[in-house]
Amino acid sequence: MDHISPVIWQFLVKWMTNFALFPPEASTIAPQMDALLFFMVLVSLIGLTIVILLVTSFSILYSKERHPVAVQVEGSTLLEATWTIIPLGLFLVMFVWGALIYFRVFTPPANAMNIYVVGKQWMWKAEHPGGQHEINSLHVPTGRAVQLTLISQDVFHSFSIPAFRVKREAIPGRYTTVWFEPTVPGTYHLFCTQYCGTNHSQMIGDIVVMTPEGYKQWLAESTSGMSLAQNGERLFASLSCAACHNARPDARGPSLANVYGAKLPLSSGGTVTADEAYLRESILNPSQHVTQGYVPIMPTYQGQISEEGVIALVEYIKNLNSDYRIQQTLNTTDMLPGSEGKAATAAAGSAGQKSAPQGMVKP
Amino acid sequence: MSATIVSLPDQSSARIPKVNYITKENGILSWLLTGDHKRIAILYLISLSFFFFIGGALAGLIRLELLTPQTDLMATDTYNKVFTMHGVIMIFFFLVPSVPATLGNFLIPLMIGAKDLALPKINLLSWYLYMAGGILAIYTMATGGVDTGWTFTTPLSTHYVNTNVLTTGLAAFIAGFSSIFTGLNFIVTIHKMRAPGMTWFRLPLFVWAHYAASILMVLATPVVAIAIVLIALERTIGIGVFDPTKGGDPLLFQHLFWFYSHPAVYIMILPGMGVISETISTFSRKRVFGYTAVAFSSVAIAIFGFFVWAHHMFIMGISNYAVLVFSLLTMLVAVPSAIKIFNWTFTLYKGSITFETPMLYTFGFMGLFTIGGLTGVFLGTSGTDIHLTETYFIVAHFHFVMVGGMLMAFLAGIHFWWPKMTGRMYPEKISQLAAVITFIGFNFTFFPQFILGTLGMPRRYASYPPEFQILNVFSTAGATILGVGYLLPVLYLTWSLKYGAIAGNNPWQATGLEWQTQSPPLTENFVVMPIMDHEAYDYEWLERQKEIEVTHAG
Repeated sequence: MDHISPVIWQFLVKWMTNFALFPPEASTIAPQMDALLFFMVLVSLIGLTIVILLVTSFSILYSKERHPVAVQVEGSTLLEATWTIIPLGLFLVMFVWGALIYFRVFTPPANAMNIYVVGKQWMWKAEHPGGQHEINSLHVPTGRAVQLTLISQDVFHSFSIPAFRVKREAIPGRYTTVWFEPTVPGTYHLFCTQYCGTNHSQMIGDIVVMTPEGYKQWLAESTSGMSLAQNGERLFASLSCAACHNARPDARGPSLANVYGAKLPLSSGGTVTADEAYLRESILNPSQHVTQGYVPIMPTYQGQISEEGVIALVEYIKNLNSDYRIQQTLNTTDMLPGSEGKAATAAAGSAGQKSAPQGMVKP
Repeated sequence: MSATIVSLPDQSSARIPKVNYITKENGILSWLLTGDHKRIAILYLISLSFFFFIGGALAGLIRLELLTPQTDLMATDTYNKVFTMHGVIMIFFFLVPSVPATLGNFLIPLMIGAKDLALPKINLLSWYLYMAGGILAIYTMATGGVDTGWTFTTPLSTHYVNTNVLTTGLAAFIAGFSSIFTGLNFIVTIHKMRAPGMTWFRLPLFVWAHYAASILMVLATPVVAIAIVLIALERTIGIGVFDPTKGGDPLLFQHLFWFYSHPAVYIMILPGMGVISETISTFSRKRVFGYTAVAFSSVAIAIFGFFVWAHHMFIMGISNYAVLVFSLLTMLVAVPSAIKIFNWTFTLYKGSITFETPMLYTFGFMGLFTIGGLTGVFLGTSGTDIHLTETYFIVAHFHFVMVGGMLMAFLAGIHFWWPKMTGRMYPEKISQLAAVITFIGFNFTFFPQFILGTLGMPRRYASYPPEFQILNVFSTAGATILGVGYLLPVLYLTWSLKYGAIAGNNPWQATGLEWQTQSPPLTENFVVMPIMDHEAYDYEWLERQKEIEVTHAG
């Protein structure tokens, strides 16, 4: 084959050896999505073949040489109904099948492990609950449902993992979620697929899928010594959140224990479920979301905390329901003047946070 | 009997009529100040071709950069500007006006038996607006360009780039009014200026397709104008409609933008479908199979086209139930397109088919549009859209529809009506060759991109992982062939202006009223007001007319 240019030859060899139509299947959803893709490719090929066969055979049979005088045909309701109903039926099958997959991809199981991802021009930052940070990479274990909670610090980005067949937009000012369960250990592409400015094509990284043991080891090696919630607790203290959210009877802000997931009555009427998005909004845009019984005195923290900071705070508030956490909260309120002695109360009071502060009256 | 002039079968002694719309007046001013729809169409044709070749050159740069995985031809910023300007120019200054402003302008009055469009001065104004927008776009490109992508996505376009967003937006804004005026003109003309006997169901399907597209132009374009104004206000005085820190919603922009830009793809493709209906009927000597179904499917596409915009946003965190609704509606809009393809195919049945260049382009259209349409279903299906959206699959899909579909239809139409527009034939053999080259080049360019997209290669990347290189090399090689396919018509069509064979009134023996008058037509189009006394695509009527002419002449 030396008459073929060596460059082209090399190319052909490389292509034939690496040829693939689908990326690797490395998540539980990937084979399901590929099944639907395969079905659609099949239907398309059949449809295309029918059109090509008809056009070709009509062109041969009814070319001017063979068929010099055209026979006028008006149309046929039966035929037209056929090619309306059959494609419609097939499209509806694809619609239902696709919708099932769509709902599966965007409905995380209850026990999913949550990792926060912040997109910014031009990098991905991942925050594991154990406090591990990563930039442009994400380590996940096999056999475990992983939910990503995404947000962007600036423009729209999109977190795409072709090997998992999942992709989710990271939007400024709003949390979005997606989940997957990795199945095959290995390193896969991570792309930003929403055009985001100058270095859009460099906003890429690696998804490292590890065995559960390998992942555990990685977690231990990468820890920063403090969990995400502990980071949040530090922020909670340094921003003096506890000046109001201290769960005392005369507190100017509502207690935050057990607030996550609760239905809160709003002063504007109606109720709201306190999810991550609501907690985030209440920190950055508090006057819009005042709980019933409180006055809108909380200042906005817009521009004072980074998205990672907000995530840490949200994670802290989400965990404010165990006895351990109560103690932590009360410890932080220790820094406030005139609150001596309540740490002891809290330590003693295992009856829960609501009852604990009731023992404390301002001197 | 109708009073139209019917051509004689023998054209060998034909001469180009001394008086026609081209020779009526001379001098550049007689063109720049004309109210004649045919002259305005020619102005559009020249300017559109100019913008097409600028957009095409930018596409060439994109393909050259993607020849290698690294960014070696240009910096990423430059690359971003190049693909943005490619999109802006091709969409706003080529695809949207392509068939309507040239062929539609030229033919709608001729086809319905009118002297001109209803509002000739508005028609000229449309062209000036188009040119103003286009020149502004070129000016922004020359003075630094813009790198938002043609979609102007917020908050990137409002807060994060400092390139010429405002001027580019203004260019699209101005061009939008050109489109609105053209649509308005067509609607009024089709309603009010049909010749006696030209009922709605005797209209050529080309006119139906343009009517549907005009409704979209008039109703959808103002929304993108509003979106552009909001971007300008956000950028200049920071009103905060799209800014989340001020309580705005960045997704709102995409709702507004796609509320125009999805119907806009139907503005682009419907007139092309109109062309295909004409060519396929003429070259198979048959009435279009199921005329009514094809006519109503154009209207159905126009109506459904308004209610599918959010299928561009399936992964953007809109409600899952909204996704369900929009996915279902997208499936429904795919059906009229399928109907059209099958009706065209069955138009060939029992016809008497010849394979001149317009017919070759028509076959190209049918194959490529079928692929483009079917892959659209992949993206309209919510589940698979998650994997395929924002990758090269999208790029391949809309190029199959827009380039494989619309551009093929545009070229089919230009070749088909070239004898009517210029009075001369294009050279047949070389143009058939060009049609084949275009088809091959097109498939080489864009088919590999479906595979790239399925493999996960994101769109708008200046660099990419090395394993994608081979498919990209195929694509770039194909683009070179495609470039040749597009250059050839420019050369031989220009050549034919002087050396082409004389066409005569009706070289294709087509039935439309436009073929029953001289080529090139008179400024007034018809000597006597035509009376439509037969259905559209009535080839038996044409035969009878010829017999009458021959007996009278003999």
